[in-house]
Amino acid sequence: MHRRILAGDRLAAAFLVGCVLFNYPLLSLFDRHAAIAGIPLIYGYVFFAWAMVIALIAWAIERHVR
Amino acid sequence: MLDLSVIIAVSLVYLGLLFAVAWWGDQRADRGRSLIANPSTYALSMAVYCTTWTFYGSVGRAAVSGIGFLPVYLGPTLVMALGWFLLLKMIRIVKANRITSIADFISSRYGKSHRLGGLVTIIAVVGVIPYIALQLKAVSSSISLLLGYPDIVMPGRSATTSVAADISFYVALILAAFTIVFGTRHLDATERHEGMVAAIALESCVKLVSFTAVGVFVTYGMYNGFGDIFQRALDDPSLRQLLGAVPSGQGYTSWFSLLFLSAMALLFLPRQFQIAVVENVNEEHLRRAAWLFPLYLLLINLFVLPIALGGLLHFAGQGVDADTFVLTLPMALRHEGLVLLVFIGGLSAGTGMVIVETIALSTMVCNDLVMPLLLRSHKTLLDDSRDLSRLLLTIRRGAIALILLLGYLYFRLAGEAYALVAIGLISFSAVAQFAPALIGGMYWRGGTRGGAMAGLSAGFLVWAYTLLLPSFAKSGWLPADFLTQGLFGIDLLRPQQLFGLTGVDEISHCLFWSFFANIGAYVGVSLLRPPMVAEATQATVFVDALKDTGQRGAALWRGRARVGDLRDLVGRFLGPGRAQTAFAAFAKRHGAGSADEMEADARLVQFAESLLAGAIGSASARVMVASVAKEEPLSIEEVMNILDEASQLRSYSRELERKSRQLQAATTELQEANERLKELDRVKDDIMSSVTHELRTPLTSIRAFSELLHDDPKMHLADRQRFLGLVVSETERLTRLINQTLDLAKIESGRADWNGCELDLTEVIDRSVAATSQLFREKEAQVIVDLPENSPLILADRDRLIQVMLNLLSNAVKFLTPGSGEVRVRLRVLGEALEVSVADNGPGIRPEDQQLIFEKFRQVGDTMTAKPSGTGLGLPISRRIVEHFGGRLWVESAVGEGATFRFTLPLTSARQPLEAGPA
Amino acid sequence: MSKKILIADDEQNIVISIEFLLRREGFDVQVAGDGEEALAKVRGEKPDLVLLDVMMPKMNGFDVCQAVRADPDLSDTRILMLTAKGRDTEVSKGLGLGADGYMTKPFSTKELLAEVRKLLGM
Repeated sequence: MHRRILAGDRLAAAFLVGCVLFNYPLLSLFDRHAAIAGIPLIYGYVFFAWAMVIALIAWAIERHVR
Repeated sequence: MLDLSVIIAVSLVYLGLLFAVAWWGDQRADRGRSLIANPSTYALSMAVYCTTWTFYGSVGRAAVSGIGFLPVYLGPTLVMALGWFLLLKMIRIVKANRITSIADFISSRYGKSHRLGGLVTIIAVVGVIPYIALQLKAVSSSISLLLGYPDIVMPGRSATTSVAADISFYVALILAAFTIVFGTRHLDATERHEGMVAAIALESCVKLVSFTAVGVFVTYGMYNGFGDIFQRALDDPSLRQLLGAVPSGQGYTSWFSLLFLSAMALLFLPRQFQIAVVENVNEEHLRRAAWLFPLYLLLINLFVLPIALGGLLHFAGQGVDADTFVLTLPMALRHEGLVLLVFIGGLSAGTGMVIVETIALSTMVCNDLVMPLLLRSHKTLLDDSRDLSRLLLTIRRGAIALILLLGYLYFRLAGEAYALVAIGLISFSAVAQFAPALIGGMYWRGGTRGGAMAGLSAGFLVWAYTLLLPSFAKSGWLPADFLTQGLFGIDLLRPQQLFGLTGVDEISHCLFWSFFANIGAYVGVSLLRPPMVAEATQATVFVDALKDTGQRGAALWRGRARVGDLRDLVGRFLGPGRAQTAFAAFAKRHGAGSADEMEADARLVQFAESLLAGAIGSASARVMVASVAKEEPLSIEEVMNILDEASQLRSYSRELERKSRQLQAATTELQEANERLKELDRVKDDIMSSVTHELRTPLTSIRAFSELLHDDPKMHLADRQRFLGLVVSETERLTRLINQTLDLAKIESGRADWNGCELDLTEVIDRSVAATSQLFREKEAQVIVDLPENSPLILADRDRLIQVMLNLLSNAVKFLTPGSGEVRVRLRVLGEALEVSVADNGPGIRPEDQQLIFEKFRQVGDTMTAKPSGTGLGLPISRRIVEHFGGRLWVESAVGEGATFRFTLPLTSARQPLEAGPA
Repeated sequence: MSKKILIADDEQNIVISIEFLLRREGFDVQVAGDGEEALAKVRGEKPDLVLLDVMMPKMNGFDVCQAVRADPDLSDTRILMLTAKGRDTEVSKGLGLGADGYMTKPFSTKELLAEVRKLLGM
């Protein structure tokens, strides 16, 4: 029961983190013409953040004891 | 090589493969070994979200707006994080109420309203049919492109368009056949299509593989990896802007709107609702889908920007439509195998969407549009006892054919018009209108039918006015001044600058105004009056869906019905055989031999209604059941009472659960106690057996001697005297045994009388030694008593302590060697206690016997012939007496070195009340 | 020639009474006070009948009975078990181990004599 609530809170947190990462103003910080290792900053940022959110969801939901 | 016959052959082979997979899936489902009972299959089937709009369109969008194509996939990712709450609740509700579509869901929530279901169906059909047309157009375009091979000729400018359009007509026909075969195989109460889901999951794999193949081909085949493509793009001034400014030209508002819309679309597009909620076989599958589906979205988008940039670089100035890059890039490099793979991928994306969307829509059209109308216009249908299951299937098949036909017609009509290109987001905006009524209905009890009707209508109208009609105007089907000057020339009514709202893109504009109207009307109208009976009932069922699985609805029905009537009614829609089976199973579940033995109570009525709901929708099911069951209306007060009771019942049941756990614990304790009792009983049995043994032994001698004396009157006087003496001593032994057994029993059960007084232990010892002096004399043994001058007084029972001393002394005497025996009795003051020791110089006691001698009836023999006289109870009794006064009694001995019995008595016991001592 | 009977019991008074009884009837009586002595005397004296108590020190009557039955030289020895424990399980255990008869204490001297004569074929 306890862990179930915890998993729920983690998922809600993942949702909120995603909402912040994928929106203004955080997004605008990376909105410039620059590249890291040949990858445009904004492109790299969005995919990285996306992968992190997915990993967070997977961690929260699969770690929950069946 | 890529001529028409090859394309047709490849398409047919692929569709044949889909047929095979779907057929296999259905076979497995029939045999109960579900192919789709797998979380990954579920997650993959959710990827039906990615249509040709993703497969071909993402690259097109990326070529214009850089990463502006991404919010449509980020939104679903975010919503999947909430999926564990939202989707889980939807799945529970759908399963509990046998809901078959999103229209049924909303209609059921607001009191099973026909009108509401109809409205939702109309919105879905209007919003989604153009989207189906888009798929047909994409497939058609890809075919006409292939027909131009090896040249790259944009569709719409070539003569082959009509042929391709004809091909897409046949594609539509084949899809209709597929959908009919696997979508309406039988009227399942739960409306699941396992074979179809398996085929969709396969299509998702094909899409991902083929798109990734193109991505790798472009990125690593045509260029030298990501870095290379991006570098070239950065060097090109016209492409440079794609790699920066987020949603170029439209700003963050548009980005946010797309994020929000796509999140709504993932929940409310009829095909998504069908796959994610209705077709879900196990809610645990949500777990993997929550991250696997977003991961799928990420992977399929990884190569979008590289392909877009690669295409822009490669086809610079050639006028190649970016929407076709996925296909035209492999074509330009004459990579025929890859071209075919891409074509199949696009076909997958298109067919997957069309099949699921059509099934979902046809269910809605049948259950929420046609059936209610039929029921209303042909009242005889109700009274007729005809089998209606064929009719239902026919309606669904007709609906499928009609929807695909409408999609095809829209595609032919719209052609290259703007209306088709923008339709993806327009569709999203349409289905997003379901959000307030649906999500509100799941969490807010106050929403009413009127509110839902008003909200949906308002939202739909605003959507049509601000998005659909303008798209028609842009396509030239409406006068353009409608856009520029507003309805009737009123400036404030300009559809895309409604009430003067400017500065946002058309989607955000529509989203804002439609949600403003939708939510406003939904909440506003709902607050006008309290929910009615049916609404309140369903509100509870929906809002509390996660709380319990009880048959709440059943409690809210009162009336009379006949089992036969209900079964016949269900049989008319599901077929008599299936109805028979379902009723029999229900009867068995509830402990009745057959359905006929059952009373047609609220439970059975609700069961029948849910069976029907699966086939004809909840609203129609309610009407049909009402036609055979005499329902007595409940007042709102009664309903609220029942609902209150239900929540009380819940707390009662929790209380009961707690009690039953306690009861279980008590039972366990009792069982343990019982085990202990049984053990005690066994011990008692052993003791009884010992006691009888001890009684029988002296009795044997007494009887034998008595008979000898009796039978032989002339026996010698010496023998006579000797035998009589033995009889007397055996009688004494018997008496002693009985007394001691009773004494021990009293002490053990705590019923012994204890007299407490202050006493001097030296006096007790002296008296005991004096009392046993005769015994010592008989054995010619010596007693040495060693007592201190002054010993503290203790509080104890004098007679009992004398009993202990006599016991120890007579024991010691028993084992002494006649003549040389010696016993030392000693009293010492040891701080808090007095210690008495009785030491003999007898044969000693073996270590293994030192515990045994304190057990009842355990006598330890030590000589070849003699068994110690005595009862075997003296030491156990002594030990208990000493323990009663808080002391200890034990023996120290080694074989051949005599034995020393010691006991202690605490001085503190003098200050304690006697009753507190261990009894 | 009179029959030889061994009385094996650790209860002195019982031994005295049975010894007196059997002597009066003309039997040749031997006595043993515990299990080991009883077995030794069975082997040494080869009595025709052993009156065997069950609860004896050093070696109980069942073990003595078993040892006697395991010895082919002693196959003619009759065994009459005497016990103060009258349970059915004890009886069947004794008979199962090869005892020829079984008597529960206390017994009547007439019954004992009858049983002794029966076992000795008199």
